[in-house]
Amino acid sequence: MSSARNEILERIRDATGGTTPGREADYAAVPRNYVRQGSLSQEAKLELLVDRLHDYGATVFHARDGEVDSAVAAALRSRGKVSLLIPRDLPRAWMPDGFHFFREGTSYQEVDLSEGVLTDCALAIASTGSIVLRHSAGAARRALTLIPDYHLCVIFAAQVVETVPEGIEQMKAFAGVPITTIAGPSATADIEMIRVKGVHGPRTLDVILVA
Amino acid sequence: MQISLFITCYNDTLFPQTGKAVVAVLEKLGHPVEFRPAQTCCGQMHYNTGYQKEALPMMQHFLEVFRGAEVVCIPSSSCVAMIRDHYPKMAEASGDASLKRAVKNMLPRIFEFTELLVDKLEVTDVGAFFPHTVALHPSCHSLRSLKLGDRPAKLLGSVRGLTLVDLPDAEECCGFGGTFAVKNADVSAAMLSDKVRCLLNSGAEICAAVDNSCLMHIGGALSRQRAGVRVVHLAEILASQGSQRMMAE
Amino acid sequence: MSTYVGDAADAPKFQTAAKKLVGDTQVRYNVKRATGVIRKKRAKVVDEMPDWEQLRESGHQIKQHVLRHLDFYLEQFETACTAAGGTVHWARDADEANTIIVGLVKAQQAKEVIKVKTMTSDEIRLNKALEAAGITPFETDLADLIVQLGEDKPSHIVVPALHRNRSEIRQIFLDKMNLTELGEQPEDLAGAARLYLREKFLRVPVAISGANFAIAETGSVCVVESEGNGRMCVSLPRVLISLIGIEKIIPTFQDLEVYLQTLPRSATGERMNPYNSIWTGVTPEDGPQEFHVVLLDNGRTKVLADREARETLDCIRCGACLNACPVYKQTGGHAYGSIYGGPIGAILTPQLQSMEHSQTLPYASSLCGACYEVCPVKINIPEILVHLRNKVVERGDAPWEERMAMKAAAYVLESPEHMERARKLGRIGQIPFAKNGVIHHLPGGLDAWTGVRDLPAIPKESFRDWWAKRETERAL
Repeated sequence: MSSARNEILERIRDATGGTTPGREADYAAVPRNYVRQGSLSQEAKLELLVDRLHDYGATVFHARDGEVDSAVAAALRSRGKVSLLIPRDLPRAWMPDGFHFFREGTSYQEVDLSEGVLTDCALAIASTGSIVLRHSAGAARRALTLIPDYHLCVIFAAQVVETVPEGIEQMKAFAGVPITTIAGPSATADIEMIRVKGVHGPRTLDVILVA
Repeated sequence: MQISLFITCYNDTLFPQTGKAVVAVLEKLGHPVEFRPAQTCCGQMHYNTGYQKEALPMMQHFLEVFRGAEVVCIPSSSCVAMIRDHYPKMAEASGDASLKRAVKNMLPRIFEFTELLVDKLEVTDVGAFFPHTVALHPSCHSLRSLKLGDRPAKLLGSVRGLTLVDLPDAEECCGFGGTFAVKNADVSAAMLSDKVRCLLNSGAEICAAVDNSCLMHIGGALSRQRAGVRVVHLAEILASQGSQRMMAE
Repeated sequence: MSTYVGDAADAPKFQTAAKKLVGDTQVRYNVKRATGVIRKKRAKVVDEMPDWEQLRESGHQIKQHVLRHLDFYLEQFETACTAAGGTVHWARDADEANTIIVGLVKAQQAKEVIKVKTMTSDEIRLNKALEAAGITPFETDLADLIVQLGEDKPSHIVVPALHRNRSEIRQIFLDKMNLTELGEQPEDLAGAARLYLREKFLRVPVAISGANFAIAETGSVCVVESEGNGRMCVSLPRVLISLIGIEKIIPTFQDLEVYLQTLPRSATGERMNPYNSIWTGVTPEDGPQEFHVVLLDNGRTKVLADREARETLDCIRCGACLNACPVYKQTGGHAYGSIYGGPIGAILTPQLQSMEHSQTLPYASSLCGACYEVCPVKINIPEILVHLRNKVVERGDAPWEERMAMKAAAYVLESPEHMERARKLGRIGQIPFAKNGVIHHLPGGLDAWTGVRDLPAIPKESFRDWWAKRETERAL
């Protein structure tokens, strides 16, 4: 193994002369004249996010702080569901009475049989309608947000940024844990370039926007 | 200002009327034209087909012939692109410092015909009359290398009697591509077929362009198909004083 | 050295394959339609970006920087990935990569693997190597599934089954999925694929993926996708193997801010693709507990060494150049005989093979420049095509008739006297063929032109003749 490693590195050094002490300065010299900071007001930003979410078919429920559980109940009723899987650290206050919430089991088959999953998110990016999930301990592990057919996600207004660079800036802080970004239900355009929604992954995505 | 004409090898042999039209327009605008008879070819065909070694002496010859010219006018955007995009590289690769200097010196004096009119001579109305319906095909070199933009359209827009119509999918390559047209004749023909279809859909009687290379290819199909549409180089339209092209005297 | 690019070394000349495909009206119709749709979508989401050109420039410069310091960044990636619980392997060529991967799968005693889209695996013929070792690979990308079940070959970087329409796909699914009935709509077909694959996702313990980006700073890997099969493959199985070309490295996590904007818009005409998965090494209680990266050279260091063509390695596999290419539009991807087709394929495929094969690919272009215009990392493909043509000629691999013709042409263009002599010869030679100033047919190889188009006859008087006469008359 290590002989392959050495040989490849040697080939690279032969080809380029090898890295130099000027590398960091070279990297810093890369021009970055693209838009990094957003310029929208908070209100406009949230409007943009909702617009994008609608654009890819997500239903948005609006809630005020402290009313997340009511919104959860409304979403579940609208979908005719009575239960959801939840990650370990989901706030109790989000769970309305009259519905069942299960801390996830360990088998994929169990998760497959569930009605759906309720999670928070790490942040959301308005310009692309992206929701960023951080799969650290206590938050939902990846399988939990992937196998169920229904995903109900809570986004707080303060978590919303406008641009992708602003989003990445925040994501840097937790780059070591698994991250999933979602911008719509799964889709394919492999058949005649006609977009078909819902191949794998949750086919229905509902969002609760808390402002 | 005296304008030195680089007629280009293929215009010289196959489309002399384009050269005559360029001369007529420039002389009408009051600019004397000179023609240095030692000129041959810019080397594009060889360079683009992978024969850079053979293209080098052609570049050297070009620089030699046009040394000292105040302004060089070239009625072919692909030849201008060759000179602008590749002469510096060829000079660099040759390692010859005097060659590099010669190229550097030459580049600012090189003008494609519409560039010369619009940018250097600052004229868009040359007093032409051409009562026909025309579609403008923006050759790839003029579009993407020279970025001529709306210069050709501006010039045509000032021609009395001329109706300019939109060409659908105008920016699609016609399929000439130099030796591509014969090395990959089937694909070239397929691309040509699309271009002709768009041209016929445009309702134009005439297809104009700033390059006779594209026009030779497009015109060849129009002629083969007896399509009832013909090709004319933009310079010839600008030299026209009626429904027949007028030659320089 | 077993460096190869799929079966490209045995592929017919581009002209030969193209001739056949140009005559295939179904393929041409499908390709034209599909590329037209995606070009419109791309144009819409690119036009709304005021900083698109700046993003392209940064995307280009970041990649150029990485390549200049590739040894550093690969080592940095290895250190970070290993520290996070991953294992990094290095493969000099295709065979070595296959040996490593087959060994890793066998170590699990696994007889099946699920695969998420990775063209790199087609490049090294991984599926063949797995099957030879008694391991069954299941493609999970819908298009790759269509291609696999149809026993076919991919024809596009992003939409590999672009050459198939829904009826053809339906038939393939009916035959190979053992279905008794199946609807005709794309939704029905996607639904069938979902069911077929779901049980595999939940059961198969080993997955093989590629990567869009490997981040040196953090040791993270990023997979960009739309369908969700990527998420399935990289987070459900017990063991994950990612095959990553050494050019996929980007320096920092921050750099994703450029590519996650340019890649989705260029590839599928979306502001953001549905799913991006980013993970680092192994995470307890979440996802694969064993993670292997196989870093692949397979000719990339050769491309790196050619300074003029090095930026070929900037490619982020968006496929925009294929969609923009007027040549690709007429033939589809199979004409290129390589997993990498279209403009990027025309420069990457021969270079990975040290210019020994696929030598007709650099000529599969009219040099129109549409690819360069849409490339999100500003690869000057036309420039590199010409550079590679020169290499083909320098190696002595140009057809001898062409070499003779170009030599003769160079002689003719050497001086006005030579040009005039040739012109006179041409005037005589064309006599049997020219009627009313038009030539309809020329014999032999020259019929490559006249087979399809007329040719103007050489006029009696050349421009310089006319000029000389005029000068003489004026002097009088």
